[in-house]
Amino acid sequence: MKIPYFPGCTLKTTAKNFEISALAVAKSMDIELVELPRWNCCGTVTSLTSDDLMRHLAPIRNLIRVEEMNDNGDMKDEYRLVALCSMCFNVLKRSDLRVKENPEELEKINNFMYLEKGYDGKVEVIHFLELLRDSGFDKIKNKVKVNLNGLKVAPYYGCLMLRPKEIGIDDPEDPTIQSGILNALGAESIDNPCKTRCCGSYQTVRDRYAVSELTYDIITRARKEGAELVTTSCPLCLFNLADRQKEVIEKHPEFKPMPVLYFTQLMALAFGLDETYCGFNQNYIDPRPLLREKDLLK
Amino acid sequence: MVERKISIMDSVRRASQSVIAGVDKKDIKHWVEIHIMGKAYKVPADLTIMQAIEYAGYRLIRSCGCRAGFCGACSTVYRKKGEYKLQTAMACQTRVEDGMFLVQIPFSPAEKPLYDIKKLEYEPSVFLKYFPEVARCLSCNTCTKSCPQDLQVMDYVQAALKGDFKAIAEDSFECIQCGLCALRCPAEIVQYHLAQFARRMYGKYGTLRDNNSEKRVREIEKGEFDKEFDRIMNLSADKLKNVYTEQQNTREVY
Repeated sequence: MKIPYFPGCTLKTTAKNFEISALAVAKSMDIELVELPRWNCCGTVTSLTSDDLMRHLAPIRNLIRVEEMNDNGDMKDEYRLVALCSMCFNVLKRSDLRVKENPEELEKINNFMYLEKGYDGKVEVIHFLELLRDSGFDKIKNKVKVNLNGLKVAPYYGCLMLRPKEIGIDDPEDPTIQSGILNALGAESIDNPCKTRCCGSYQTVRDRYAVSELTYDIITRARKEGAELVTTSCPLCLFNLADRQKEVIEKHPEFKPMPVLYFTQLMALAFGLDETYCGFNQNYIDPRPLLREKDLLK
Repeated sequence: MVERKISIMDSVRRASQSVIAGVDKKDIKHWVEIHIMGKAYKVPADLTIMQAIEYAGYRLIRSCGCRAGFCGACSTVYRKKGEYKLQTAMACQTRVEDGMFLVQIPFSPAEKPLYDIKKLEYEPSVFLKYFPEVARCLSCNTCTKSCPQDLQVMDYVQAALKGDFKAIAEDSFECIQCGLCALRCPAEIVQYHLAQFARRMYGKYGTLRDNNSEKRVREIEKGEFDKEFDRIMNLSADKLKNVYTEQQNTREVY
Protein backbone atom coordinates (compact mmCIF):
# COMPACT_ATOMS: atom_id res chain seq x y z
CA MET A 1 0.00 0.00 0.00
CA LYS A 2 1.31 3.44 -0.98
CA ILE A 3 0.13 6.39 1.04
CA PRO A 4 1.20 10.06 1.20
CA TYR A 5 3.08 10.99 4.32
CA PHE A 6 3.84 14.34 5.96
CA PRO A 7 7.10 14.39 7.94
CA GLY A 8 7.28 17.93 9.36
CA CYS A 9 10.46 19.82 10.24
CA THR A 10 11.22 18.11 13.56
CA LEU A 11 11.37 14.67 12.00
CA LYS A 12 14.03 15.98 9.63
CA THR A 13 16.13 17.49 12.41
CA THR A 14 15.88 16.62 16.10
CA ALA A 15 13.55 13.65 15.74
CA LYS A 16 15.18 11.79 12.85
CA ASN A 17 14.92 8.59 14.86
CA PHE A 18 11.12 8.88 14.79
CA GLU A 19 11.07 9.07 11.01
CA ILE A 20 13.72 6.40 10.42
CA SER A 21 11.98 3.90 12.70
CA ALA A 22 8.47 4.67 11.44
CA LEU A 23 9.41 4.35 7.76
CA ALA A 24 11.19 1.05 8.43
CA VAL A 25 8.31 -0.33 10.49
CA ALA A 26 5.80 0.69 7.84
CA LYS A 27 7.90 -0.97 5.16
CA SER A 28 7.94 -4.24 7.11
CA MET A 29 4.16 -4.05 7.14
CA ASP A 30 4.03 -3.47 3.38
CA ILE A 31 3.04 0.15 3.82
CA GLU A 32 5.03 2.58 1.71
CA LEU A 33 4.91 6.03 3.27
CA VAL A 34 5.58 8.36 0.36
CA GLU A 35 6.95 11.72 1.46
CA LEU A 36 4.71 14.54 0.30
CA PRO A 37 6.49 16.43 -2.50
CA ARG A 38 7.32 20.06 -1.75
CA TRP A 39 5.72 19.93 1.69
CA ASN A 40 5.99 23.03 3.84
CA CYS A 41 5.60 23.81 7.52
CA CYS A 42 2.44 22.24 8.94
CA GLY A 43 1.54 25.67 10.33
CA THR A 44 2.27 24.69 13.94
CA VAL A 45 0.12 26.06 16.72
CA THR A 46 -0.02 29.52 15.20
CA SER A 47 -2.60 28.30 12.73
CA LEU A 48 -5.08 27.73 15.53
CA THR A 49 -5.87 31.42 15.89
CA SER A 50 -9.51 31.86 15.04
CA ASP A 51 -9.38 35.20 13.26
CA ASP A 52 -6.30 34.90 11.09
CA LEU A 53 -6.92 32.85 7.95
CA MET A 54 -3.48 33.67 6.60
CA ARG A 55 -2.09 31.23 9.17
CA HIS A 56 -4.07 28.41 7.60
CA LEU A 57 -2.36 28.74 4.24
CA ALA A 58 0.49 26.45 5.30
CA PRO A 59 -1.61 23.45 6.37
CA ILE A 60 -4.05 23.83 3.48
CA ARG A 61 -1.19 24.06 1.00
CA ASN A 62 0.05 20.68 2.25
CA LEU A 63 -3.38 19.18 1.68
CA ILE A 64 -3.32 20.57 -1.87
CA ARG A 65 -0.09 18.64 -2.47
CA VAL A 66 -1.95 15.40 -1.67
CA GLU A 67 -4.57 16.24 -4.29
CA GLU A 68 -1.79 17.08 -6.74
CA MET A 69 -0.20 13.67 -6.14
CA ASN A 70 -3.47 12.10 -7.19
CA ASP A 71 -3.90 14.48 -10.13
CA ASN A 72 -0.49 13.67 -11.57
CA GLY A 73 -0.75 9.93 -11.00
CA ASP A 74 1.78 9.56 -8.16
CA MET A 75 -1.10 8.28 -6.05
CA LYS A 76 -4.06 6.32 -7.21
CA ASP A 77 -7.16 7.53 -5.44
CA GLU A 78 -5.34 7.77 -2.12
CA TYR A 79 -6.38 10.98 -0.42
CA ARG A 80 -5.34 10.04 3.09
CA LEU A 81 -2.35 11.91 4.49
CA VAL A 82 -0.41 10.21 7.27
CA ALA A 83 1.24 12.31 9.97
CA LEU A 84 3.65 11.02 12.59
CA CYS A 85 4.29 14.11 14.69
CA SER A 86 1.24 14.73 16.86
CA MET A 87 1.59 18.48 16.46
CA CYS A 88 1.57 18.26 12.66
CA PHE A 89 -1.37 15.86 12.83
CA ASN A 90 -3.34 18.19 15.07
CA VAL A 91 -2.71 21.29 12.97
CA LEU A 92 -3.33 19.67 9.58
CA LYS A 93 -6.47 17.94 10.73
CA ARG A 94 -7.93 20.97 12.48
CA SER A 95 -7.28 23.22 9.51
CA ASP A 96 -8.87 20.64 7.19
CA LEU A 97 -11.91 20.38 9.43
CA ARG A 98 -12.17 24.14 9.70
CA VAL A 99 -12.28 24.83 5.97
CA LYS A 100 -14.66 21.91 5.39
CA GLU A 101 -17.04 23.36 7.95
CA ASN A 102 -16.62 26.91 6.65
CA PRO A 103 -16.80 26.93 2.84
CA GLU A 104 -16.56 30.72 2.70
CA GLU A 105 -13.20 30.54 4.47
CA LEU A 106 -11.99 27.95 2.02
CA GLU A 107 -13.08 30.18 -0.82
CA LYS A 108 -11.06 33.03 0.65
CA ILE A 109 -7.99 30.83 0.94
CA ASN A 110 -8.42 29.48 -2.58
CA ASN A 111 -8.80 33.01 -3.94
CA PHE A 112 -5.56 33.94 -2.29
CA MET A 113 -3.79 31.05 -4.03
CA TYR A 114 -4.03 32.97 -7.34
CA LEU A 115 -2.65 31.05 -10.32
CA GLU A 116 -2.24 27.97 -8.13
CA LYS A 117 -4.51 25.01 -7.63
CA GLY A 118 -6.98 25.55 -4.79
CA TYR A 119 -8.00 22.96 -2.19
CA ASP A 120 -10.90 20.73 -3.20
CA GLY A 121 -11.47 19.32 0.29
CA LYS A 122 -10.74 15.73 -0.70
CA VAL A 123 -8.04 14.94 1.87
CA GLU A 124 -8.37 12.99 5.09
CA VAL A 125 -5.60 13.56 7.63
CA ILE A 126 -4.79 10.50 9.75
CA HIS A 127 -2.21 9.65 12.37
CA PHE A 128 0.18 6.74 11.79
CA LEU A 129 -1.27 5.15 14.94
CA GLU A 130 -4.70 5.07 13.32
CA LEU A 131 -3.27 3.45 10.23
CA LEU A 132 -1.69 0.74 12.38
CA ARG A 133 -4.84 0.21 14.44
CA ASP A 134 -7.01 -0.03 11.33
CA SER A 135 -4.73 -2.57 9.69
CA GLY A 136 -5.14 -4.67 12.84
CA PHE A 137 -2.92 -5.25 15.86
CA ASP A 138 -2.71 -8.93 14.88
CA LYS A 139 -0.82 -7.91 11.78
CA ILE A 140 1.75 -6.26 14.04
CA LYS A 141 1.89 -9.35 16.23
CA ASN A 142 2.70 -11.50 13.21
CA LYS A 143 5.72 -9.38 12.38
CA VAL A 144 7.32 -9.65 15.83
CA LYS A 145 10.69 -11.41 15.79
CA VAL A 146 12.01 -10.20 19.15
CA ASN A 147 9.24 -10.50 21.70
CA LEU A 148 9.40 -7.61 24.14
CA ASN A 149 8.19 -9.91 26.89
CA GLY A 150 9.01 -8.48 30.31
CA LEU A 151 9.47 -4.89 29.17
CA LYS A 152 7.22 -2.56 31.12
CA VAL A 153 6.20 0.43 29.05
CA ALA A 154 3.99 3.36 30.01
CA PRO A 155 2.52 4.97 26.89
CA TYR A 156 2.12 8.74 27.09
CA TYR A 157 -0.33 10.60 24.87
CA GLY A 158 -0.33 14.26 25.82
CA CYS A 159 -3.04 16.28 24.17
CA LEU A 160 -2.42 16.82 20.48
CA MET A 161 -3.70 13.52 19.09
CA LEU A 162 -6.68 13.45 21.45
CA ARG A 163 -8.05 16.94 21.67
CA PRO A 164 -10.23 18.61 20.61
CA LYS A 165 -12.37 15.49 20.39
CA GLU A 166 -13.55 16.35 16.84
CA ILE A 167 -10.12 15.41 15.57
CA GLY A 168 -9.00 13.02 18.33
CA ILE A 169 -7.99 9.51 17.35
CA ASP A 170 -8.95 7.92 20.67
CA ASP A 171 -10.87 8.46 23.91
CA PRO A 172 -9.58 11.85 25.11
CA GLU A 173 -9.86 10.78 28.76
CA ASP A 174 -8.64 7.22 28.54
CA PRO A 175 -6.72 6.53 25.34
CA THR A 176 -5.52 2.96 24.71
CA ILE A 177 -4.30 2.97 21.12
CA GLN A 178 -0.61 2.70 22.03
CA SER A 179 -1.35 -0.11 24.49
CA GLY A 180 -2.79 -2.15 21.65
CA ILE A 181 0.49 -1.88 19.80
CA LEU A 182 2.70 -2.47 22.84
CA ASN A 183 0.74 -5.57 23.79
CA ALA A 184 1.06 -6.87 20.24
CA LEU A 185 4.84 -6.49 20.57
CA GLY A 186 4.74 -8.62 23.71
CA ALA A 187 5.55 -5.74 26.07
CA GLU A 188 3.56 -5.05 29.18
CA SER A 189 1.62 -1.82 28.76
CA ILE A 190 1.50 0.06 32.05
CA ASP A 191 -1.43 2.37 32.55
CA ASN A 192 -0.19 5.73 33.77
CA PRO A 193 -2.91 8.02 35.19
CA CYS A 194 -0.75 10.91 33.95
CA LYS A 195 -0.82 9.69 30.35
CA THR A 196 -2.85 12.64 29.05
CA ARG A 197 -1.46 15.26 31.39
CA CYS A 198 0.07 18.34 29.77
CA CYS A 199 3.78 18.02 29.03
CA GLY A 200 4.21 21.80 29.31
CA SER A 201 4.46 22.26 25.55
CA TYR A 202 6.15 25.48 24.44
CA GLN A 203 6.43 26.74 28.01
CA THR A 204 9.65 24.79 27.84
CA VAL A 205 11.18 27.74 25.99
CA ARG A 206 10.00 30.32 28.51
CA ASP A 207 10.41 28.49 31.81
CA ARG A 208 12.13 25.14 31.75
CA TYR A 209 11.57 24.57 35.46
CA ALA A 210 7.80 24.97 35.14
CA VAL A 211 7.98 22.15 32.62
CA SER A 212 10.41 20.00 34.56
CA GLU A 213 7.91 19.81 37.45
CA LEU A 214 5.36 18.31 35.05
CA THR A 215 8.03 15.94 33.77
CA TYR A 216 8.78 14.95 37.36
CA ASP A 217 5.12 14.16 38.06
CA ILE A 218 4.55 12.24 34.85
CA ILE A 219 7.71 10.12 35.01
CA THR A 220 7.53 9.51 38.76
CA ARG A 221 3.95 8.33 38.40
CA ALA A 222 4.89 6.04 35.53
CA ARG A 223 7.67 4.54 37.64
CA LYS A 224 5.33 4.11 40.59
CA GLU A 225 3.01 2.11 38.34
CA GLY A 226 5.96 -0.13 37.49
CA ALA A 227 7.10 1.29 34.14
CA GLU A 228 10.69 1.11 32.92
CA LEU A 229 10.30 3.39 29.97
CA VAL A 230 7.79 5.74 28.36
CA THR A 231 6.66 5.93 24.72
CA THR A 232 5.10 8.81 22.84
CA SER A 233 4.40 10.01 19.30
CA CYS A 234 5.07 13.70 19.82
CA PRO A 235 8.58 15.15 19.45
CA LEU A 236 7.75 18.05 21.75
CA CYS A 237 6.35 15.78 24.47
CA LEU A 238 9.41 13.61 24.09
CA PHE A 239 11.74 16.55 24.46
CA ASN A 240 9.92 17.80 27.55
CA LEU A 241 9.65 14.37 29.16
CA ALA A 242 13.23 13.38 28.40
CA ASP A 243 15.56 16.34 28.06
CA ARG A 244 13.91 18.20 30.93
CA GLN A 245 14.85 15.31 33.23
CA LYS A 246 18.16 17.20 33.59
CA GLU A 247 16.29 20.01 35.35
CA VAL A 248 14.29 17.44 37.33
CA ILE A 249 17.52 16.02 38.74
CA GLU A 250 18.68 19.52 39.68
CA LYS A 251 15.55 20.00 41.80
CA HIS A 252 15.04 16.40 42.89
CA PRO A 253 18.46 14.77 43.30
CA GLU A 254 16.91 11.38 44.17
CA PHE A 255 15.20 11.19 40.74
CA LYS A 256 16.46 8.42 38.46
CA PRO A 257 16.31 9.10 34.71
CA MET A 258 13.90 7.06 32.59
CA PRO A 259 14.25 6.67 28.81
CA VAL A 260 11.47 8.10 26.64
CA LEU A 261 11.08 6.59 23.16
CA TYR A 262 8.92 6.93 20.10
CA PHE A 263 6.56 3.95 19.93
CA THR A 264 7.94 3.20 16.47
CA GLN A 265 11.41 2.62 17.94
CA LEU A 266 10.10 -0.24 20.04
CA MET A 267 8.26 -1.60 17.00
CA ALA A 268 11.51 -1.55 15.00
CA LEU A 269 13.26 -3.38 17.83
CA ALA A 270 10.51 -6.00 18.10
CA PHE A 271 10.41 -6.48 14.31
CA GLY A 272 14.07 -7.43 14.53
CA LEU A 273 15.17 -4.53 12.33
CA ASP A 274 18.77 -3.37 12.28
CA GLU A 275 19.69 -1.04 15.14
CA THR A 276 20.20 1.85 12.69
CA TYR A 277 16.42 1.73 12.14
CA CYS A 278 15.76 1.90 15.87
CA GLY A 279 17.66 5.20 16.14
CA PHE A 280 18.41 4.78 19.86
CA ASN A 281 21.58 6.88 19.51
CA GLN A 282 19.45 10.03 19.08
CA ASN A 283 17.43 9.56 22.26
CA TYR A 284 18.03 12.14 25.00
CA ILE A 285 18.27 9.34 27.54
CA ASP A 286 19.94 6.28 26.10
CA PRO A 287 17.56 3.29 26.38
CA ARG A 288 20.21 0.76 25.29
CA PRO A 289 21.54 -0.15 28.78
CA LEU A 290 17.99 -1.03 29.86
CA LEU A 291 17.28 -2.97 26.66
CA ARG A 292 20.55 -4.91 27.01
CA GLU A 293 19.71 -5.68 30.61
CA LYS A 294 16.43 -7.12 29.34
CA ASP A 295 18.27 -9.17 26.69
CA LEU A 296 16.44 -7.34 23.94
CA LEU A 297 19.58 -5.85 22.46
CA LYS A 298 23.10 -7.12 21.98
CA MET B 1 27.61 74.56 -24.41
CA VAL B 2 29.81 72.71 -22.00
CA GLU B 3 31.29 69.64 -23.54
CA ARG B 4 30.51 66.63 -21.40
CA LYS B 5 32.75 63.65 -21.30
CA ILE B 6 30.88 60.52 -22.35
CA SER B 7 31.04 57.93 -19.57
CA ILE B 8 31.14 54.17 -20.05
CA MET B 9 27.59 53.91 -18.71
CA ASP B 10 26.41 56.37 -21.36
CA SER B 11 27.95 54.23 -24.08
CA VAL B 12 26.34 51.12 -22.66
CA ARG B 13 22.99 52.89 -22.53
CA ARG B 14 23.22 54.00 -26.14
CA ALA B 15 24.24 50.56 -27.28
CA SER B 16 21.21 49.05 -25.59
CA GLN B 17 18.83 51.38 -27.40
CA SER B 18 19.31 49.53 -30.66
CA VAL B 19 15.60 49.00 -31.16
CA ILE B 20 14.96 52.69 -31.67
CA ALA B 21 18.38 53.98 -32.60
CA GLY B 22 18.23 55.63 -36.00
CA VAL B 23 14.48 55.14 -36.42
CA ASP B 24 12.43 58.22 -37.05
CA LYS B 25 9.53 58.68 -34.64
CA LYS B 26 7.03 58.90 -37.49
CA ASP B 27 8.10 55.46 -38.67
CA ILE B 28 7.26 53.82 -35.35
CA LYS B 29 3.77 52.36 -35.68
CA HIS B 30 3.07 50.87 -32.27
CA TRP B 31 2.97 52.99 -29.16
CA VAL B 32 1.85 52.31 -25.63
CA GLU B 33 1.04 54.56 -22.72
CA ILE B 34 2.88 53.88 -19.49
CA HIS B 35 3.03 55.76 -16.20
CA ILE B 36 6.39 56.32 -14.57
CA MET B 37 5.95 57.29 -10.95
CA GLY B 38 2.49 58.54 -11.77
CA LYS B 39 3.30 60.53 -14.88
CA ALA B 40 2.05 59.36 -18.29
CA TYR B 41 4.33 58.84 -21.29
CA LYS B 42 3.83 57.52 -24.81
CA VAL B 43 6.65 55.15 -25.69
CA PRO B 44 7.35 52.73 -28.58
CA ALA B 45 5.77 49.39 -27.80
CA ASP B 46 8.87 47.29 -28.44
CA LEU B 47 10.98 48.80 -25.66
CA THR B 48 11.85 47.15 -22.40
CA ILE B 49 10.76 48.96 -19.26
CA MET B 50 14.31 50.21 -18.80
CA GLN B 51 14.60 51.49 -22.36
CA ALA B 52 11.19 53.12 -22.02
CA ILE B 53 12.18 54.95 -18.86
CA GLU B 54 15.24 56.29 -20.65
CA TYR B 55 13.23 57.05 -23.78
CA ALA B 56 10.95 59.15 -21.57
CA GLY B 57 13.97 61.21 -20.61
CA TYR B 58 15.09 59.75 -17.29
CA ARG B 59 18.75 59.04 -16.72
CA LEU B 60 19.12 56.01 -14.47
CA ILE B 61 21.99 56.23 -12.04
CA ARG B 62 20.55 53.51 -9.76
CA SER B 63 18.21 50.64 -10.61
CA CYS B 64 20.23 49.66 -13.62
CA GLY B 65 23.30 47.57 -14.12
CA CYS B 66 24.17 44.84 -16.57
CA ARG B 67 21.09 45.35 -18.80
CA ALA B 68 21.19 41.64 -19.52
CA GLY B 69 19.09 40.11 -16.75
CA PHE B 70 22.00 38.95 -14.66
CA CYS B 71 22.81 41.57 -12.07
CA GLY B 72 19.44 42.02 -10.38
CA ALA B 73 19.73 45.80 -10.02
CA CYS B 74 16.65 46.92 -11.96
CA SER B 75 13.82 45.63 -9.78
CA THR B 76 10.49 47.02 -10.91
CA VAL B 77 7.08 46.98 -9.30
CA TYR B 78 4.05 47.68 -11.44
CA ARG B 79 0.35 47.38 -11.68
CA LYS B 80 -1.62 47.29 -14.89
CA LYS B 81 -4.66 49.43 -15.30
CA GLY B 82 -7.79 47.59 -14.18
CA GLU B 83 -5.87 44.76 -12.49
CA TYR B 84 -5.68 44.25 -8.73
CA LYS B 85 -2.46 42.27 -8.86
CA LEU B 86 0.77 44.03 -8.01
CA GLN B 87 3.46 42.62 -10.28
CA THR B 88 7.22 42.49 -10.20
CA ALA B 89 9.83 42.35 -12.94
CA MET B 90 13.36 43.12 -14.02
CA ALA B 91 13.15 46.37 -16.01
CA CYS B 92 15.76 45.27 -18.54
CA GLN B 93 14.03 41.94 -19.24
CA THR B 94 10.40 42.97 -19.49
CA ARG B 95 8.68 44.66 -22.39
CA VAL B 96 6.39 47.60 -21.69
CA GLU B 97 2.67 47.02 -21.90
CA ASP B 98 -0.10 49.52 -22.30
CA GLY B 99 -1.40 50.86 -19.00
CA MET B 100 1.58 49.92 -16.83
CA PHE B 101 2.04 51.96 -13.67
CA LEU B 102 5.72 51.62 -12.91
CA VAL B 103 8.15 52.33 -10.15
CA GLN B 104 11.79 51.32 -9.89
CA ILE B 105 13.16 49.88 -6.65
CA PRO B 106 16.81 50.88 -6.47
CA PHE B 107 17.59 49.20 -3.17
CA SER B 108 16.15 46.68 -0.69
CA PRO B 109 16.71 47.62 2.94
CA ALA B 110 17.41 44.03 3.96
CA GLU B 111 18.95 42.91 7.22
CA LYS B 112 22.15 40.96 6.62
CA PRO B 113 23.65 39.10 9.54
CA LEU B 114 27.40 38.92 10.07
CA TYR B 115 28.88 35.47 10.49
CA ASP B 116 32.23 33.78 10.29
CA ILE B 117 31.61 30.77 8.13
CA LYS B 118 34.68 28.97 9.45
CA LYS B 119 33.24 28.99 12.95
CA LEU B 120 29.76 27.74 12.10
CA GLU B 121 28.43 24.26 12.59
CA TYR B 122 26.85 22.55 9.61
CA GLU B 123 23.61 22.06 11.52
CA PRO B 124 19.99 22.97 10.73
CA SER B 125 19.92 25.23 13.79
CA VAL B 126 22.24 27.80 12.13
CA PHE B 127 19.37 28.96 9.96
CA LEU B 128 17.24 30.01 12.88
CA LYS B 129 20.25 31.49 14.65
CA TYR B 130 21.03 33.95 11.86
CA PHE B 131 17.62 34.19 10.21
CA PRO B 132 15.11 33.64 13.03
CA GLU B 133 12.35 35.28 11.01
CA VAL B 134 12.29 32.18 8.78
CA ALA B 135 10.11 30.61 11.46
CA ARG B 136 7.48 33.25 10.62
CA CYS B 137 6.96 31.85 7.11
CA LEU B 138 3.24 31.37 6.48
CA SER B 139 3.73 29.42 3.24
CA CYS B 140 1.76 32.08 1.39
CA ASN B 141 4.02 31.70 -1.66
CA THR B 142 4.08 35.44 -2.36
CA CYS B 143 7.89 35.30 -2.66
CA THR B 144 7.69 32.66 -5.38
CA LYS B 145 5.17 34.70 -7.32
CA SER B 146 7.34 37.82 -7.08
CA CYS B 147 10.53 36.12 -8.30
CA PRO B 148 11.58 37.36 -11.77
CA GLN B 149 13.77 34.27 -12.10
CA ASP B 150 10.80 31.94 -11.53
CA LEU B 151 12.53 30.25 -8.61
CA GLN B 152 10.55 28.22 -6.07
CA VAL B 153 11.43 30.68 -3.33
CA MET B 154 8.96 29.47 -0.72
CA ASP B 155 10.15 25.90 -1.20
CA TYR B 156 13.73 26.84 -0.38
CA VAL B 157 12.69 28.90 2.64
CA GLN B 158 10.81 25.84 3.85
CA ALA B 159 13.89 23.73 3.16
CA ALA B 160 15.71 25.93 5.70
CA LEU B 161 13.23 24.81 8.34
CA LYS B 162 14.00 21.23 7.40
CA GLY B 163 17.74 21.95 7.56
CA ASP B 164 18.19 20.86 3.95
CA PHE B 165 21.23 22.86 2.78
CA LYS B 166 21.44 21.08 -0.55
CA ALA B 167 17.84 21.84 -1.50
CA ILE B 168 18.25 25.56 -0.76
CA ALA B 169 21.55 25.76 -2.60
CA GLU B 170 20.15 24.06 -5.67
CA ASP B 171 16.74 25.74 -5.68
CA SER B 172 18.25 29.20 -5.25
CA PHE B 173 21.22 28.77 -7.58
CA GLU B 174 19.89 31.17 -10.20
CA CYS B 175 18.99 33.91 -7.70
CA ILE B 176 20.10 37.34 -8.90
CA GLN B 177 19.51 38.98 -5.51
CA CYS B 178 17.07 41.58 -6.79
CA GLY B 179 15.39 41.61 -3.38
CA LEU B 180 11.79 41.56 -4.64
CA CYS B 181 10.94 38.45 -2.61
CA ALA B 182 12.03 40.14 0.59
CA LEU B 183 10.08 43.29 -0.19
CA ARG B 184 6.86 41.37 -0.85
CA CYS B 185 7.15 38.90 2.05
CA PRO B 186 4.45 39.43 4.72
CA ALA B 187 6.69 37.63 7.23
CA GLU B 188 9.58 39.99 6.45
CA ILE B 189 12.00 37.20 5.67
CA VAL B 190 15.09 38.11 3.66
CA GLN B 191 14.98 35.12 1.36
CA TYR B 192 17.91 35.95 -0.88
CA HIS B 193 20.37 36.49 1.96
CA LEU B 194 19.19 33.27 3.54
CA ALA B 195 19.81 31.51 0.25
CA GLN B 196 23.27 32.97 -0.16
CA PHE B 197 24.11 31.89 3.37
CA ALA B 198 22.90 28.37 2.59
CA ARG B 199 24.88 28.20 -0.65
CA ARG B 200 28.02 29.30 1.17
CA MET B 201 27.47 26.72 3.89
CA TYR B 202 26.71 24.00 1.39
CA GLY B 203 29.73 24.94 -0.67
CA LYS B 204 32.00 24.83 2.31
CA TYR B 205 30.65 21.88 4.28
CA GLY B 206 28.19 20.00 2.08
CA THR B 207 30.18 19.39 -1.08
CA LEU B 208 33.40 17.56 -1.77
CA ARG B 209 36.48 19.71 -1.90
CA ASP B 210 37.75 19.90 -5.43
CA ASN B 211 41.33 18.67 -5.61
CA ASN B 212 41.89 20.03 -9.07
CA SER B 213 42.00 23.67 -8.04
CA GLU B 214 44.60 22.96 -5.38
CA LYS B 215 46.58 20.97 -7.91
CA ARG B 216 46.44 23.87 -10.34
CA VAL B 217 47.55 26.37 -7.68
CA ARG B 218 50.57 24.18 -6.97
CA GLU B 219 51.36 24.04 -10.70
CA ILE B 220 51.21 27.82 -10.91
CA GLU B 221 53.44 28.16 -7.88
CA LYS B 222 55.94 25.76 -9.41
CA GLY B 223 56.10 28.04 -12.43
CA GLU B 224 54.64 25.63 -14.97
CA PHE B 225 52.84 28.43 -16.77
CA ASP B 226 55.51 31.12 -16.54
CA LYS B 227 56.84 30.43 -20.00
CA GLU B 228 53.43 30.74 -21.63
CA PHE B 229 52.67 33.93 -19.70
CA ASP B 230 55.96 35.43 -20.83
CA ARG B 231 55.15 34.58 -24.41
CA ILE B 232 51.75 36.28 -24.23
CA MET B 233 53.06 39.32 -22.38
CA ASN B 234 55.65 39.88 -25.10
CA LEU B 235 53.23 39.69 -28.04
CA SER B 236 52.52 42.74 -30.15
CA ALA B 237 49.05 44.27 -29.81
CA ASP B 238 47.85 42.79 -33.11
CA LYS B 239 49.04 39.31 -32.31
CA LEU B 240 47.51 39.55 -28.86
CA LYS B 241 44.15 40.40 -30.43
CA ASN B 242 44.39 37.33 -32.64
CA VAL B 243 45.17 35.12 -29.68
CA TYR B 244 42.21 36.56 -27.82
CA THR B 245 39.80 36.12 -30.74
CA GLU B 246 40.92 32.54 -31.28
CA GLN B 247 40.48 31.75 -27.63
CA GLN B 248 37.00 33.27 -27.64
CA ASN B 249 36.01 31.23 -30.67
CA THR B 250 36.92 27.99 -28.98
CA ARG B 251 34.79 28.74 -25.91
CA GLU B 252 31.09 28.68 -25.46
CA VAL B 253 29.92 32.09 -24.39
CA TYR B 254 26.45 32.98 -23.26
